[in-house]
Amino acid sequence: MSDEFKIEIVNPEKSFLSKEDVNEVVVPAFEGEMGILKDHISIISFLKPGIVTIQAKSGEEKYYVEDGIIEFKNNTLSILTSYILNLKDIEKNKFRELLKNAEEESNKPEISDQLKYLADQKVETLKSIN
Amino acid sequence: MASLDDLKKRITSVKSTQKITKAMKMVAAAKLKRAQDSAEKGRPYSEKMNNIILNLSSGISDKETAPKLLSGSGKEQVHLCVVMTSDRGLCGGFNANIIKKAKSYFTKLNKEGKELKIITVGSKGNDQLKRVYGNKIIENISFKNSKNANYFDAEKVGKIIIEKFQKEEFDICTIFYNQFKNVITQIPQAQQIIPLNTKSDDQNNLEDNYEFEPDEDEILSNLLPKNISTQIFKAMLENSASEQGARMSAMDNATRNAGEMVDKLTIEYNRSRQAAITKELIEIISGAESL
Repeated sequence: MSDEFKIEIVNPEKSFLSKEDVNEVVVPAFEGEMGILKDHISIISFLKPGIVTIQAKSGEEKYYVEDGIIEFKNNTLSILTSYILNLKDIEKNKFRELLKNAEEESNKPEISDQLKYLADQKVETLKSIN
Repeated sequence: MASLDDLKKRITSVKSTQKITKAMKMVAAAKLKRAQDSAEKGRPYSEKMNNIILNLSSGISDKETAPKLLSGSGKEQVHLCVVMTSDRGLCGGFNANIIKKAKSYFTKLNKEGKELKIITVGSKGNDQLKRVYGNKIIENISFKNSKNANYFDAEKVGKIIIEKFQKEEFDICTIFYNQFKNVITQIPQAQQIIPLNTKSDDQNNLEDNYEFEPDEDEILSNLLPKNISTQIFKAMLENSASEQGARMSAMDNATRNAGEMVDKLTIEYNRSRQAAITKELIEIISGAESL
C-alpha cells in the first residue's frame, strides 16, 4: 500500500494546486507546526503565517502562506488560504515589500495582541526565508 | 415628412450607434468569458469554506456560547442590507433587477416596523437608491478603479460589515446580488450572511468525528469573519459575470434594433427620393403638354 494522499490548495481566485502523490505535509498550524501523513485523523485547524512544506514523490515544495484553514478528511488535505506564494517564485523585490508591510503592521501602536502576534510571525517567517 | 437630407443624417447616426453597440457587445463577450472563468474557479473555495463551517457548527454543543456571527445578536430589529450593483450602466436590466428585489425587501421591512440601514457597493445602485432611501444609506463603496473583482476588495467590504456588527449597529445582514445562470438569465438573490444560515439541504457531507485544534469555538470565531468576506467575494464574482452577460444581451438587442431602424429609414429615404423624382417628371411633362 502506498503512503500517498491528496492535497488541494485553493485560494479565493482559483484552485492553486492539486497533487495526488504527497507523502507528508508540514503546515504552520496555529498552535505549532503540524506534520500530516496518510491516514491522519479527520482534523480542522487554522494556520498562522509560515511555510507549508509539501513532500511529494515529485519533489519537495515550499509555500509561504499568510493565513488559512486546513481540513483533512478521507486522505484529502484541503488548504484554504487567501494569500499563498511559491517560495521559488518570490522575487527579491516582492519579498522586501512583504517584509516591509509586515513590519509596519507589527509596529502600529493601536493593534490588538492577536494581530500583533500574527504580524510578528509574518516578520519572523519572512526573515527566516531570506 | 422629413426631408431627404434629414433622413440621410438620421441613417448615418443610427449606423454609428450600431457600430458602438456592436463593439460593446464584443467587449462584453470577451469580458464575460473571463468573468465566468473566475466565477467558476472561485467556487471551490467558497464551497469548501461552507462545508467546513457546516461541520463545525454542527459540532458545537452549546448554542449559547457560539460566536455572535453565527447565532446572531438575539434581536431582529435593525437590518443591514448590502446592495451590490455595477459601476457602469448600459447593461440592460442588471442593476434594475437588483434594485427591484432590494426595494421590495425594504418595503417588507418597513411594514414590519424594522429599522433599515443600507450599504451600497457600486455606484449605480447608490444613484438609484439615494432618491428614496438616501437617509438610510450609511456607506457607499465603489471599486471603479479595480479592473476585475478581487479578494482584497471583498475583504474590505467584509471588514466594514464586521466592524459595524461588533459595534452592534445592526442585527441581521443581507446581501443583494445577481446570480449568474446564463447569458440571458440572471437571478437577483437576497442572501442572509449574519447570522449565518447553517441549515443545509444535504446532511451527507456532515461528519462528526473531526478533531479540532484549537477547539471549535476558537476556530469558528476565526473562520466566520473570513466566511463573510468569502461570501461577498462570491457575490462579486457572480455579479461581474452577470453584468457582462446582461450587457452582452442588451447590446445584442440594441444592435439588432438599430439594424431594423436603418432598414426602415432606408426604405423611407428611397420612397421619398422616388416621390421627388416622380414629382419632377410630372412637372416636366405637364409643362411640355401646356406648350
